[in-house]
Amino acid sequence: MDKTRLLAMALSLGLFLAVVACESLFPDNIEPEKLLGEPILALAPEQQQSHAKGDTEFGRVFGVVDGLGPIFVSTSCESCHIGDGKGHPTTSLTRFNRQDGLDFDPMISVGASQLQHRAITGYTPETLPIDIKGSTRLTPPAVGGLGYLAAVPDADILAMADPHDLNGDGISGVPNYFPAPDFFEPEKFHLPDAAGRYIGRFGKKAGAIDLLQQVANAYLLDMGITSEFLRTDLYNEQLGNHTGDNIPDPEVPGSVVRNVVLYMRTLKVPPRRNARQPEVLAGEQLFIQLGCAKCHVPTLKTGLSDIAALSNQTFHPYTDLLLHDMGPELDDNYTEGSARTSEWRTAPLWGLGLAAEAQGRQVFYLHDGRARTLEEAIQFHGGEAAGSRIKFTALPSPNQKELVAFLQSL
Amino acid sequence: MKEILRIWCKRKWLLLGLLLMGGFPGLAQIDSAWSRTATDTSRNKMVQDAIYNRPFIQLGKTTTAVGGYLEGNTNYFVTDGISEGYSMELRRFNIFLYSTIARRIKFLSELEFEHGTKEIGLETAQLDFEINPAFNLRMGILVVPIGAFNQNHDSPKWEFIERPLVTTNLIPSTLSEVGFGIHGKVYAPQKVFTYDVYLVNGLQDGLILNAEGRTSLPAGKDPSMFDQDNNGRPMLSTKLAFRHRKLGEVGISYYGGIYNTYKIDGIPVTSKKRLALYALDFNTTLGRAVVNGEFAHARLQLPPALGPAFGNRQAGGYLEVVYTVLQKTLLDYPKTALNANLRIEMVDYNIGQFSETGTRRRDDIRAIVPGISIRPSANTVIRANYRYHWTRDLLGNPPARTGGFQVGFASYF
Repeated sequence: MDKTRLLAMALSLGLFLAVVACESLFPDNIEPEKLLGEPILALAPEQQQSHAKGDTEFGRVFGVVDGLGPIFVSTSCESCHIGDGKGHPTTSLTRFNRQDGLDFDPMISVGASQLQHRAITGYTPETLPIDIKGSTRLTPPAVGGLGYLAAVPDADILAMADPHDLNGDGISGVPNYFPAPDFFEPEKFHLPDAAGRYIGRFGKKAGAIDLLQQVANAYLLDMGITSEFLRTDLYNEQLGNHTGDNIPDPEVPGSVVRNVVLYMRTLKVPPRRNARQPEVLAGEQLFIQLGCAKCHVPTLKTGLSDIAALSNQTFHPYTDLLLHDMGPELDDNYTEGSARTSEWRTAPLWGLGLAAEAQGRQVFYLHDGRARTLEEAIQFHGGEAAGSRIKFTALPSPNQKELVAFLQSL
Repeated sequence: MKEILRIWCKRKWLLLGLLLMGGFPGLAQIDSAWSRTATDTSRNKMVQDAIYNRPFIQLGKTTTAVGGYLEGNTNYFVTDGISEGYSMELRRFNIFLYSTIARRIKFLSELEFEHGTKEIGLETAQLDFEINPAFNLRMGILVVPIGAFNQNHDSPKWEFIERPLVTTNLIPSTLSEVGFGIHGKVYAPQKVFTYDVYLVNGLQDGLILNAEGRTSLPAGKDPSMFDQDNNGRPMLSTKLAFRHRKLGEVGISYYGGIYNTYKIDGIPVTSKKRLALYALDFNTTLGRAVVNGEFAHARLQLPPALGPAFGNRQAGGYLEVVYTVLQKTLLDYPKTALNANLRIEMVDYNIGQFSETGTRRRDDIRAIVPGISIRPSANTVIRANYRYHWTRDLLGNPPARTGGFQVGFASYF
């Protein structure tokens, strides 16, 4: 064998070794503390299987031939909830509203209060109606741990409410009550009010009572996919009619929606990182001292659940699932249900430090992604949260960093 | 002045050399013969000839000949620590039928069975009328001349198990279309020049709003393409290629036209949307090494409110080197060739920026594939490769990493 061939073989071998030396031959698991889309470990095998089915449906992309649209916002669940994490401004949706006094008009007759700004060929995308009172853009939330939030008894939520601020701490959590849709299947822990309405707990304005409602709405309002729960394609105000595609309704069976619901219910809570670091522990104390924890309640407990792994679990979402007045800083003149336009449901803070892992190595905080740092997000807190914001601003810089380090650890 | 000219001439060849060696990853064939001898840049055969440059067996004294190939492989891949395990697949079983109907009328067809009988398709069914070597008429179901791989895609000719990503995920190889047109070849000392011009039905509406969730030229293929055009506006497919017998071959090609259904029952329902796909391919032989490359760029007009997931520009390419390490009689197989191979490749599905944030859209895949192949005969290859690729989502989050091994075979029969 001549020298050239030997050299070529050596080069080939060298290249190969260089390739496999750079990273392991078979890529390793992603670090568990960075993973969002994992199932709860304690699931039964058959629940794991349903979780996997739901995962597949969650990632399914709908095309025209599948019934997408005719007007829509996105083509799959995962295209907005990328990596099951917090969404990006580019995947935000727009909601708008009319209001009659304090009453919210869901505008069902004109296709509900969500803008479908995309359309398949031959259809007109929606534009904002001219007679609306306000509109807002909403970035998609992370979906990990939602099963735990869904299993919190209404009684526990009501126990945290203080609509008239009777304790005088300036914080007045309010439940957002909604009429339940026809397909709502109340659990024992759901407590209707005198008008038969139920507490909403999902969505930025707590506009959905449970995950079934949230998912069925998302299929229809976000993707234009009809299901056994919501069977009619959307009304398009520009068209002056309900839209219709060539795919018979319902475009997905109820089992598909339910599998996605189960998938979301059985996603583990966002993992914490560096929780024992001194800086993080100091920040946690500041979080409580500044009053942040009055709304971002660290610990909740689930009630009885049909999924054993979700029953009587203590978890740490940093929310009270109630509405709070956030002042003019976050008032988009938009509301849902009985919420005032300046009221928002307390955003769960779990997973905050993992936002960059799903938002393209950048961060976009608050309901519309307007804040690019945690400090900036805090500065947008007004209304009931203004006191905490002022205290944070007055902190020495090292203490501010400790608080931010704590938030990043969530 | 003479000195300036001398330097210019030197630089010109340097530029040409750079262009051929790496500046333009284009597509190219790995002709099986080249991997055996590595000296055949002197041949007149070009990518254009690939569909006829196959082994056929003549049926008795008839003017008809048959041929085909078989391809199978194993897979073991791990993505971010998770593996579906080991699997085997029979990717393709293709049958060719060739007939010389008259002295200058040729017929060629190719029937493809993919993954057993999961997908069965008529890939080629064409008639060629030769007026002159420089002017031929072609009609039927033809393989469009976009890039080089699409025309020269027979598995036994290639040293890697997977087709190049740019030829599957951007250029939808194998892209066969109903159409007609002309092609020809012109010779000069040391040089050959070919051209192709065809009108075809073209890719259709599935380019967007498909199950891929992104702009996808492969999703624009539709069985109805063999039946009728979706908009009555044929697409144009054209290619120019040049081969220098010592340097190798370079081709540039275009495929494009209106892809969407813009009127229904004669009533306009939307504006016309155009696709333009350009490709550059090359192949050359450097000593014992065959270098192949292909680069493609697609630009589309899209509905205004389609969203950022559907990009209006895509690009990709690959570059590969096949080095014949040794060639000798092995186990009584004469001229058995052992090749060491390396391919690098990438496809960017969405070139552009997010209007909301001004940041760059991602959605891309990059891969590196080292491997070896053994050719006990010119028409048979046994090959093994390691493959590592990085897949990034639209937002540019940390990529999914996939690594694994494949072992396979492909053979004409």
